[in-house]
Amino acid sequence: MRLTKAFNRSLWVFHLNTGSCNGCDIEIVATLTPRYDPERFGIKLVGSPKHADVLLVSGPVTRAMADRARRVYEQMADPKVVMGIGSCMSGGVFYDSYNLVGPLEEHIPVDVFVPGCPPRPEAIIDGVVKAIAKLERLEGEGK
Amino acid sequence: MVMMLGMDPISIIGGTVAVALFGILAGLVFMGVERKFAAHMQARIGPPIRQPFRDVAKLLSKDSIVPENAIPLLFNMAPVLALASSIVILLYIPLGGFLPVLAGYGDLILVMYLLTVPALALVAGGFASGSPYATVGSQREMVTMMSYELPLAIAVIAIAWRLAAAGIADPFSLATIAGTATGITIWSVAGPLGIIGFVLLLIVLAWVTPAELSRVPCDTPEAETELCGGLLVEYSGRNLGLFYLAQGVKTVAMAALAVALFLPWNISWYVALSPNAALVADFAFFLLKLMVVIFFSVSVIRVGMARFRITHVVSIYWGYLGGLGLLGLLCVVLDASLGGGGML
Repeated sequence: MRLTKAFNRSLWVFHLNTGSCNGCDIEIVATLTPRYDPERFGIKLVGSPKHADVLLVSGPVTRAMADRARRVYEQMADPKVVMGIGSCMSGGVFYDSYNLVGPLEEHIPVDVFVPGCPPRPEAIIDGVVKAIAKLERLEGEGK
Repeated sequence: MVMMLGMDPISIIGGTVAVALFGILAGLVFMGVERKFAAHMQARIGPPIRQPFRDVAKLLSKDSIVPENAIPLLFNMAPVLALASSIVILLYIPLGGFLPVLAGYGDLILVMYLLTVPALALVAGGFASGSPYATVGSQREMVTMMSYELPLAIAVIAIAWRLAAAGIADPFSLATIAGTATGITIWSVAGPLGIIGFVLLLIVLAWVTPAELSRVPCDTPEAETELCGGLLVEYSGRNLGLFYLAQGVKTVAMAALAVALFLPWNISWYVALSPNAALVADFAFFLLKLMVVIFFSVSVIRVGMARFRITHVVSIYWGYLGGLGLLGLLCVVLDASLGGGGML
């Protein structure tokens, strides 16, 4: 990976719903409002996974979405980061549902989890800060 | 003009490199400032001014993916073509007290044709992406292009015609229109009615600018919420970075054209300065004028409006703005035939 300061400070986010109840999605949208203003840190929501640096996944992984999640992840250009939003990442209350195919990390590598049902915008921003810290650590290690 | 034609190749190459560097740097800085303006209007803090530089640095360091069903040659060529043609526009536009690098080789009509080339490069890249979203985006971009051509052409023709009616030689040359050497502008040529006409045309041009730049409310071809980025949907990494740079350069070119057409004043016309100080002062004033144009025709419109539907783009640009432009043209024609102004 070619990690640089510019990468950490210009994270473009693609949001993928893999079966969420929309609770997390609404909190993600709330995070992007002028009140929290993530554009201060160069964070921007983009419409295509090709443009994105961060894949923001919300919801438990349903049978129908597992393959789509993998394909969206593969479409993103390297280097890339995956963030899982919400308690459903581990299945949550739906952990034994017949229609779920296991937690997200069994399908794509996940860097940061943000628990909560749904997590508040502050928690999501904290997740981003943790992701940036992780990127800086990897950058320091020269990976 | 004859003297310009005799320019040696070295100075043309040097000038081109300087203008390209200026266009890219100024484009990124103005985009940063513009984002800051928009953020403050929405009661946000907004990104730092150097954010576009970071975005470009990041995009250039990322992988570039070429989709399987794309046409690789066209797909990779389109961003380079978009950036190069945006820079070429700047070569024909006077920058402050500096005459255009290629003055004498082309005039306003050429600039109007050149303005369509970056858009055509985007369209070609969109069609070459092999994605239905990009195809729809390309079609929309072509419709947008046809929509804003009429109001833009009316504004350009009104200006050149009024200068010709006032007996000025070579009225289509941008150096003449901006009055870089002579100090004669459309505002000093026109009488009261003509000034009303030019104000109407200035409003028309301010609305053509966002369509030309595919910014809100005319970002219908990109429309990230419906078309996932439209034309650019398959672009990533270096190619997307080049399009980002082209967008910045095009913003500068469009604002510089508006300045040359409608806001051509230079400080050195009114204050006596030594030649070098005059160049610096004029250039600083030129940057200020660019900022004002970008603020009103990009930031204010972008923050105040939602996106037009593609059918609305056509009816607004052909109908309302075309009509307003014709009204402005009529005022200018009446002004000339009534012998208004007549300072010459």
